[in-house]
Amino acid sequence: MSGPNSEYDPVEVTPLQAEQVAAMREEALAAIAAAQDLDQLKRARLEHAGDRSPLALANREIGALPPQARKEAGQRVGQARGAVNAALAERTAVLEAEAEEGMLVEETVDVTLPTGRRGRGSRHPITLMSDYIADLFVAMGWEVAEGPVLEAEWLNFDALNLGPDHPARTMQDTFWTEPADDHLVLRTHTSPVQARTMLERTPPIYVICPGRVFRTDEYDATHSPMFHQVEGLVIDEGITMAHLKGTLDHFAEQMFGTGITTRFRPSYFPFTEPSAEVDLVCFVCRGEAGAVEECRTCKGEGWIEWGGCGVVNPRVLAACGIDSERYRGFAFGMGIDRSLMFRTGAEDLRALFEGDVRFSSGFGTEW
Amino acid sequence: MRTPVSWIREYADLPADLSSDDLARRLTALGLKLEALERPGAEVRGPLVVGRVLTMEPEKQKNGKTINWCTVDVGDANGTGEPQGIVCGAHNFAPGDLVVVVLPGGVLPGPHGSDAVEISARKTYGHVSAGMICSAHELRIGEDQSGIIVLPPDAGRPGDDARPVLGLEEEVIEFEINPDRSYALSLRGVAREAAMAFDATYTDPCLRDVPPANDEGYPVRVEDPVGCPVFVARTVTGFDPSAPTPEWLARRVRLAGMRPISLAVDVTNYVMLETGRPIHGYDGDKLQGSIVVRRATAGERLTTLDGTDRALSPEDLVVCDDSGVIGLGGVMGGETTEMSDATSTVVIEAAHWDPVAMFRTGKRHRLTSEAGKRNERGVDPTICEVAAERVAELLTTYGGGSVSPGVTVVGTPPAPEPIRISARLPEQVAGFPIPTADTERCLRAVGATIQRDADGDPGDSLTVTPPPWRPDLTDPYDLVEEVVRIVGYDKVPSLVPLPPVGRGLTREQRLRRRIGRTLASLGCVEVVSFPFVGEDTFDALGLPDDDVLRHTVRLSNPLSAERPLYTTTLIPGILDAAARNLGRGAPGVSLFETGTVAFPADRGPAPVYGVDWRPTEAELEKLFEAIPVQPLYLAAVLSGEREPAGWWGGGRAADWSDAIDLVRQLGRELGLEVEVRQASRMPWHPSRCAEVLVDGEEFGHAGELHPRVCQAYGVPRGTAALEVDLDFLMNRAVDVPRAPTYSHQPLAKEDVALVVEDGVTAADVEEALRSGAGELLESVRLFDVYTGPQVGDGKKSLAFALRFRAPDRTLTEAETGAAGGAAVAAAAAAVGAVQR
Ligand SMILES: [Zn+2]
Repeated sequence: MSGPNSEYDPVEVTPLQAEQVAAMREEALAAIAAAQDLDQLKRARLEHAGDRSPLALANREIGALPPQARKEAGQRVGQARGAVNAALAERTAVLEAEAEEGMLVEETVDVTLPTGRRGRGSRHPITLMSDYIADLFVAMGWEVAEGPVLEAEWLNFDALNLGPDHPARTMQDTFWTEPADDHLVLRTHTSPVQARTMLERTPPIYVICPGRVFRTDEYDATHSPMFHQVEGLVIDEGITMAHLKGTLDHFAEQMFGTGITTRFRPSYFPFTEPSAEVDLVCFVCRGEAGAVEECRTCKGEGWIEWGGCGVVNPRVLAACGIDSERYRGFAFGMGIDRSLMFRTGAEDLRALFEGDVRFSSGFGTEW
Repeated sequence: MRTPVSWIREYADLPADLSSDDLARRLTALGLKLEALERPGAEVRGPLVVGRVLTMEPEKQKNGKTINWCTVDVGDANGTGEPQGIVCGAHNFAPGDLVVVVLPGGVLPGPHGSDAVEISARKTYGHVSAGMICSAHELRIGEDQSGIIVLPPDAGRPGDDARPVLGLEEEVIEFEINPDRSYALSLRGVAREAAMAFDATYTDPCLRDVPPANDEGYPVRVEDPVGCPVFVARTVTGFDPSAPTPEWLARRVRLAGMRPISLAVDVTNYVMLETGRPIHGYDGDKLQGSIVVRRATAGERLTTLDGTDRALSPEDLVVCDDSGVIGLGGVMGGETTEMSDATSTVVIEAAHWDPVAMFRTGKRHRLTSEAGKRNERGVDPTICEVAAERVAELLTTYGGGSVSPGVTVVGTPPAPEPIRISARLPEQVAGFPIPTADTERCLRAVGATIQRDADGDPGDSLTVTPPPWRPDLTDPYDLVEEVVRIVGYDKVPSLVPLPPVGRGLTREQRLRRRIGRTLASLGCVEVVSFPFVGEDTFDALGLPDDDVLRHTVRLSNPLSAERPLYTTTLIPGILDAAARNLGRGAPGVSLFETGTVAFPADRGPAPVYGVDWRPTEAELEKLFEAIPVQPLYLAAVLSGEREPAGWWGGGRAADWSDAIDLVRQLGRELGLEVEVRQASRMPWHPSRCAEVLVDGEEFGHAGELHPRVCQAYGVPRGTAALEVDLDFLMNRAVDVPRAPTYSHQPLAKEDVALVVEDGVTAADVEEALRSGAGELLESVRLFDVYTGPQVGDGKKSLAFALRFRAPDRTLTEAETGAAGGAAVAAAAAAVGAVQR
């Protein structure tokens, strides 16, 4: 803002004529509109809105005008300057947005580049399967019991009504430790955990026993000297075979899907009486007519062998100090590895034990 | 147990239109499990006829084989009536024998797994062979490949269709018989179940009149009536040893899976299959004096029928005569009194043996026989006389001669013990209503007799006497199984039991899951290995001879003689898996395994208690103490590429620090600060091995493996591994951490570089800094290690970032500087550190 003009010269004030102010304003707006980037806009600002721009100079002249002319000229120049500043602000916003957009485009990356800098870990499917089964039973209020794999002969056999001269002992090909009269075995089933549970706890007992077991089987696609079993044991008042059936039906459906229930066939196990084999409705063909003929999984029978079960033989209760008049129990057992193969479609048991990460890492960390 | 369906139908009057599939299915539901339903020879098509060998000329071939050029009378079956010329490679026949011939145009099943073979006249060994003389194996009706089938002389006439003769139209059901159902190891037992299943009339083949015992029979003395409660002997004289086995009997024996041998042998086998009672026949002319049954004495030997010379145990039950031991009672006869093709006097033995003695003798001598299998499971003790009578009858019917009037019967069959059972027990166990009438019906159907208790409530208590062929029925629950299986296992309803509230997973079970997930989150893949190792495994790990890991539990019957030990370390198994992955092209592998290892308890043998009552607490204590100690371990192996090179830059191989870091991370997950100390322990690199500790107690090792170990396992040098005791860690894990408090005041930074001797560890310097820095210190982090000319030989420079913060104020530069100075001073004092 300049002070009043002491040397008033009418010629000098011609720029304050309306046409001239309008021309300055148009020129400034044109320059602003023509600016293609922020640099050009900066130059336009200096030229048309800076201290030495025509409109600024004109503004400075206003004070020199006679008082009657000042108001009009001030209004005229003020409006022009306001319009130019508004145009500048608007153009700045547009050009800044354009500039940012350009910068972001320049920063483009190929998001399809590989990203895996460290391999993903995983837990073994047998572990996951065991945990899944444990959770399923824990949800029903059962508990998970465990025991050692190198086990006393008495717990693996005798306590389960398998005396030394029981023919069923030859059904299970047992690994014995040296010397043989140490009476130690690699447990052939997880049943010794049942015996331990009955020895250590008092009924009611509702436990599931998953674990590793051993038999002297040659190693091939469907047999292994080491495999995994899960056994269940219930001891309570008023237990019946119906409870056994109900538990296994629930278990089967949780494992293999709705409608995959079980059937019992009479069988023999020294530690149960009555005893039964448990078959599953074939989860491939579901035993439905028509589909049955071609089913390779169940060989057209509509049923698949799953495990064994029965009512706990009162002699076993006696060996474990449980009153068999008051309590009755049931027990069941099935292969975890086999169930895993059913559930996942794995075809060769050996894939479970050779440790190839291409197999194991596909199963994640939790089921 | 292989059972021809026609034989079952002989005793069970089954519906004529009942299919063998339905029969097998129903019996499976009753507990006789269908193993296979066979229609032997069903694949044989075209002309299969009886032929009579007219001539056979052996011709020696250039390849050393001798073939027979035969002419065979096949009647009109070949359309000409002329003898058929056939080349045959077998030698077990002679001119005049009846054989089975497949003529050109016939089709035989191919060898297992291959296509059927069409028979045509073809030139071979210089003759045109028009057809083939068949073996049982070629017709797929038996396994016998040792020669062709020679039919009994009465089997038929040349040109007859051979199918009915061979029983090729018969169906055979093979059942898997559970050890408790020994009665089903006979047609008598299977037919009884079949009749029961279809409510059909049953004719017991053992219901037959027998002459009473007298003193005229072969003299027998039983010195061990516990081992041999019943011994029956009958004698047949004037028997024609060359008499052939009748075709129907040979066929049944063959269909049941046994090989016809001679009339005398076939008859004893036939009666065993029919009744379940094993029979032994002695050549009466070779017997010397009385038969005596006793236990063997030490040092006695016997050569059994299979040609094996056996040392006998004083526990073995033996049959003797004046010459000494002539048989292992109930298991296998001896060579000296074996029937031969000259035997004309047969002494028939039908005896009942103690199953336990049978089981032990069979196990001791590794002898399995059809007789032993039945005797060790238990046979009806009341049918010895019937079985002997049946053998005598068949022998004299088909082999001539006569049955001597003498009947020796020593001992009386043990009577089955009656069982008292509540009539409600079956429904209480089964969980659905079973009326008493049904219970009684089912028990009678299996042959039991029932007496209602006179004094009690007539509906409640039953006294049940099992039939003599069911030694397995001893307890009330055995009877329950009989009732429920006959009523039908499919009737059992489905009802989920309601347990009391549970406690969920145990602390240890939850910790194990956490540990597994932690390792997985750090990029490790879990593996499961076999726990078997050998001495050479420990050699490969470079363990010294007296290493504690070499003290192992040894298996007496390992699968592989090279790996007889139960492992004391998880590293070998996981290293094998690592090598396998790398060998299959994986650029790098990070594996972990958790599992128990075993250390001998060295507390003497584990006791074996009885099974009738619970051992005392002291006895149980003794039992548990004898069991090897089996701690849970964790091992991990990191080998090859740990992080790959990529567009982001270079990658890196796993090294010793990755293994140690896994332990640290795991400790942190469990709320534990893991200390690391330099250590030296095989199989680790002696200068790159750390022992890891919590609260000053070591619980494992981590670091780089020894180069020799890497070489032995075929993994790259630099491979890192760790093994720790998880039981130790889980015991100390923090269950619920305390909620931390933290300051909102600004952070003050102070970095220091300290020069120390090479031998000074980073952990020592850090500890000194911490001790000197005072309460304002928040953290210390080593961020650089430098060695080189600027610090001089034998020294290194360690750069630490110290971070300070006060709980209540902004720290001044002077305060921070003073604390940093104190930390450096402490390091100078403790480890001689000099600030650069
Ligand atoms: Zn199916």
